[in-house]
Amino acid sequence: MSEPLLSIEGLSKAYPGVQANDNVSFTIQPGEIHALLGENGAGKSTLVKMIYGLVRPDSGDMHLHGKHYMPHKPSEARALGVGMVFQHFSLFEAMNVAENITLGMEDAPPRLELAQKIREVSNAYGLPLDPDRLIGDLSVGERQRVEIVRCLLQNPKLLIMDEPTSVLTPQEVDTLFTTLRKLSAEGVAILYISHKLDEIKALCGSATILRMGKVVDTCIPAEETAHSMAEMMIGGELAMPSAREFTPGEVLLELDGLALASLDPFGTSLENVSLQLRAGEVLGVGGVAGNGQDELLLALSGERLVDKDMVKLKGVGIGSLGPTARRALGLLAAPEERLGHAAAPDMSLSENGFLSGWVRMKLTKSGFVRRGRRDDFARDIVSRFDVRTPGISNAARSLSGGNLQKFVIGREVLQGPTVLVVNQPTWGVDASAAAAIRQALRDLAAEGAAVLVISQDLDELMEMSDSFAVLAEGHISKPQPAHGLSIEKIGLMMGGNLEESAHA
Amino acid sequence: MDFSSLSLVALTVSLIGAATPILLAAIGELVVEKSGVLNLGVEGMMIIGAIAGFAISVETGSVWTGMLAAMAAGAVLALIFGFLTQVLLSNQVATGLALTLFGLGLAALLGQNYTGMKPPPSPRLDIPVLSDLPVVGPLLFGHDFMIYFSLLIVFAVWYFLNRTRAGLVLRAVGENHDAAHSLGYNVVAIRMAAIAFGGALAGLGGAYLSLIRVPQWTEGMTAGAGWIALAIVVFASWKPGRVILGAYLFGGVTILQLNLQALGISISPAFLSMTPYLVTIIVLVIMSADRRRASLNAPASLGRIFHASH
Amino acid sequence: MLRLEPRLQPSRPMRLITPVLAVLLTMLFGGLLFAALGVDPVEAIKLIFWDPFFHPTYGAYSMSQLLVKAGPLILIAVGLSIGFRAGVWNIGAEGQFIMGAISGGAVGLALYPAAGIWVLPLMTVAAALGGFLWAMIPALLKIKFNANEILVSLMLVYVAENFLAAMVTGPLQNPQGFGFPESRSFTGVDSTTLPMLYQPLGMHAGVVVAFIVVIAAYVMMERHLLGFQIKLTGESPRAAKFAGVKPAVIVAITLGISGALAGMAGLFELTGPAGKLTTNFPVGYGFTAIIVAFLGRLNPFGIVLAGILMALTYIGGELTQLTLGMPAAAISVFQGMMLFFLLAVDVFVNYRLVWKKEVK
Repeated sequence: MSEPLLSIEGLSKAYPGVQANDNVSFTIQPGEIHALLGENGAGKSTLVKMIYGLVRPDSGDMHLHGKHYMPHKPSEARALGVGMVFQHFSLFEAMNVAENITLGMEDAPPRLELAQKIREVSNAYGLPLDPDRLIGDLSVGERQRVEIVRCLLQNPKLLIMDEPTSVLTPQEVDTLFTTLRKLSAEGVAILYISHKLDEIKALCGSATILRMGKVVDTCIPAEETAHSMAEMMIGGELAMPSAREFTPGEVLLELDGLALASLDPFGTSLENVSLQLRAGEVLGVGGVAGNGQDELLLALSGERLVDKDMVKLKGVGIGSLGPTARRALGLLAAPEERLGHAAAPDMSLSENGFLSGWVRMKLTKSGFVRRGRRDDFARDIVSRFDVRTPGISNAARSLSGGNLQKFVIGREVLQGPTVLVVNQPTWGVDASAAAAIRQALRDLAAEGAAVLVISQDLDELMEMSDSFAVLAEGHISKPQPAHGLSIEKIGLMMGGNLEESAHA
Repeated sequence: MDFSSLSLVALTVSLIGAATPILLAAIGELVVEKSGVLNLGVEGMMIIGAIAGFAISVETGSVWTGMLAAMAAGAVLALIFGFLTQVLLSNQVATGLALTLFGLGLAALLGQNYTGMKPPPSPRLDIPVLSDLPVVGPLLFGHDFMIYFSLLIVFAVWYFLNRTRAGLVLRAVGENHDAAHSLGYNVVAIRMAAIAFGGALAGLGGAYLSLIRVPQWTEGMTAGAGWIALAIVVFASWKPGRVILGAYLFGGVTILQLNLQALGISISPAFLSMTPYLVTIIVLVIMSADRRRASLNAPASLGRIFHASH
Repeated sequence: MLRLEPRLQPSRPMRLITPVLAVLLTMLFGGLLFAALGVDPVEAIKLIFWDPFFHPTYGAYSMSQLLVKAGPLILIAVGLSIGFRAGVWNIGAEGQFIMGAISGGAVGLALYPAAGIWVLPLMTVAAALGGFLWAMIPALLKIKFNANEILVSLMLVYVAENFLAAMVTGPLQNPQGFGFPESRSFTGVDSTTLPMLYQPLGMHAGVVVAFIVVIAAYVMMERHLLGFQIKLTGESPRAAKFAGVKPAVIVAITLGISGALAGMAGLFELTGPAGKLTTNFPVGYGFTAIIVAFLGRLNPFGIVLAGILMALTYIGGELTQLTLGMPAAAISVFQGMMLFFLLAVDVFVNYRLVWKKEVK
């Protein structure tokens, strides 16, 4: 074997309360597409941040081209040919493409020359970009192109990609893979982080598997099945949700021409969104982030008000009612962002239970907080949803993502909603918590409630939903039975081709 | 009533004088806010600049030395704010208020022996012939040097923010400090530099007040000028050129009400003295009303606490 | 390398320790400041913190000033703290204090020289209303036009000061006052004089009102839904909206409460220690109360302690002025320092200092 491009030798890094990386070692060859595989919280992000110079390891060493390599800051890593595309992009919305690219380069050429280079490189790799457009006006897929082109302009030897496909349509994923294979053929190594096993099988030549901060296995993805890799990742059997017969009941929630202007200058306004949701039904709403998902949740939770009859609960127009009145009537919601939206980070779990639960659970008496009942409610959530925490007086932000999400979903489920709307219920959550949350939502539907799941995770939606619709540029497709939908068709729907899919 | 004594040219000349301290403080604060930091201590830094500039000028006999001292004093005070908010992660609103309260007290303490004194005269730009031209002469060539300097600073800030890489980096830090950090920029150091610059210009604005405009030292002499500078940054939608417009508009209102008072019109002088503050409120309301535009222009990370999580 | 590491939970002990630490640091650095002014630092610190209680000659008088000074600070600071917890920054309490005194005073002057125990309560209500309405200006401008309440409320302080000047040279001027810019004396007539309940501590009726307000504020913030919604709005505005809290209502309520309390404080000052309206009536309580609110950890009972401490610095400041010739402004520097140090050491509530080795 030739000399490795990068060798990682015993890297360790601890944060308060977690050992993020524990003696991690592996090597990457030039031109290799190497997968770094693991669940959320397995330590993948910390590891690549150390390679990119953003985080200093507590111990361990690295060699690049056989030379000692320990970057103090990202510019050192970039100078040595290591580029990175972030999961949460490091882009500036109010600035244009060229400015964003300049910011990620050490010796950026003058403006006109740079604009020319951006056009050349982006076209050469099939990722066309207009240097003068504002980032805020670009789609998520286009924003990722900006990040990639920014790396490519610096002739990297190693390109790190952190969960690059989580925000892309299937067609965009194909384009990305073509680009990555081309780079690999040119000798650029790619460290590809993902937990999507099919993608890794399709793209990567080798894989290192992380669990709880440690390297637990390595494999050649082509020789494995998705199932076998999943078991390496989780370290055990994966519980699949039980299959369920779905008999639609009465219409519980109806959206009729729902329209809502986005308050975010770069957000997407909802236009003419109509759908019906029946008792016992789980409706999955897919689509790429930034196509009106946040606005849809706000319009349903009551945080944004619309015309009375745009939202009907059991036939009664409630669009003009706020969150408290909607909760009283049985329409509940759990937003995507756990800390800062669904829960207040510095408040205790009992206060956070009270936050959305006080109306339905009767936690006040003539305005005064019934503290005993409030604490009982929080304890009930913690025990019924297996929330791991030392106690209900702990602050919400002290919980791990998975535990807090179980708390947030549990808080709404235990209030016995008529209709529950959730946005990204398992985003950034470990597999066991995700499975528990999905099961809880399906159980809720089985008991006769209606559940609307907004998610960007197609696998999740396919697994959970009875019917499926796509939100694209603020419009929604006609919901159709989830059975028998092909990924290609969904991809077309996500790309905004709602008409064709609706007639199909 | 006799309005004939209100010469338009003379009014314009004095409105520029009234506007300049606020212009200096506002352009400094604009840079601070562009980097994502809200420093509400402008009033405190201005008054410290006013007394430091005054005292040092009196002691050394040099207005120039006084101006430099005022900038240094403003910057030092600003760096206290910077240390607290950037290193010790304190709340920017509370810390800015503390800076103002502390600055007012400290200035009063330092200034108690300087009340009633006269500062050394400051040089004026008097170009023979040109300054004597009618109308154009006093309007363009009859000011003290600081007025030209203040306009130069505004231009320099515009150039820095929009035409240099360092300015781009500063704006990036204010736009999204997490992204700037992950690209490897030192968010705290960049913000500290911006804060110090803002403090220096606020101090200079204060010194202009005590050395040139008034010129003497009285306790509390900034009388809200620092707060008005903060409002003008909002008015200007964080655009340097519009800071000039805002400051001169405010200067115009101030001079007009002073002249009306001098004319002895039948409105109580106390009511006339309110007008600059009322105009500030009205301007603030008009500029803030369009939320969508306001949120597009404001630096997205303004006032948020940054702590690198690793 | 020394680094700050976030704590999983805010530290409860640190919440209590940091204000004390801030006061100690202020004594230390304040002492250095005094020394720089040529004053014996130990003597000055002793005059501020010890002698008001125990000095054989000044003690009695100082004690009688303690609650007179602490009362308005506590009353205003409790109101401000409610807003601060919601992230509503009313820094124009000084203006609301003035407008309260003017409107309450105007009622008293209109009734002059009516006798009756109903006069003072009526004036108090008018004062609360005056302060409330003055605070509603920034509230409404924020709600309707998104205008920054910090700047608007502060601008209104200058407007109120000028309005006071117009009043004492106009409608509210003492007709028998030989043209001086001041109102009639309120303490010359019993019906408009604030009753002094316990002279040795300076406890007048306004102080009792302040203590009642402290208890009511505590109950509201810790036991009532409204208090929860106020805290939630400050902690996390988006979570508050999700919980169904209307931000506009919180802005109006918190600014309204703090305005009304500052207005009442203005009236108590007018009908007690000040006695009449003059242009020198405002002495900066509205600004010092900001320090008191933070030093008291935005907690009503903490504010009582902080208010008394701040009153001490005023009284002790006067003592140092009289006996050591220390300039009056030194004490406002001292107060400002206290807020700085509190904000500085506050970092330890949410973070801890750790020593980390660097890998080469």
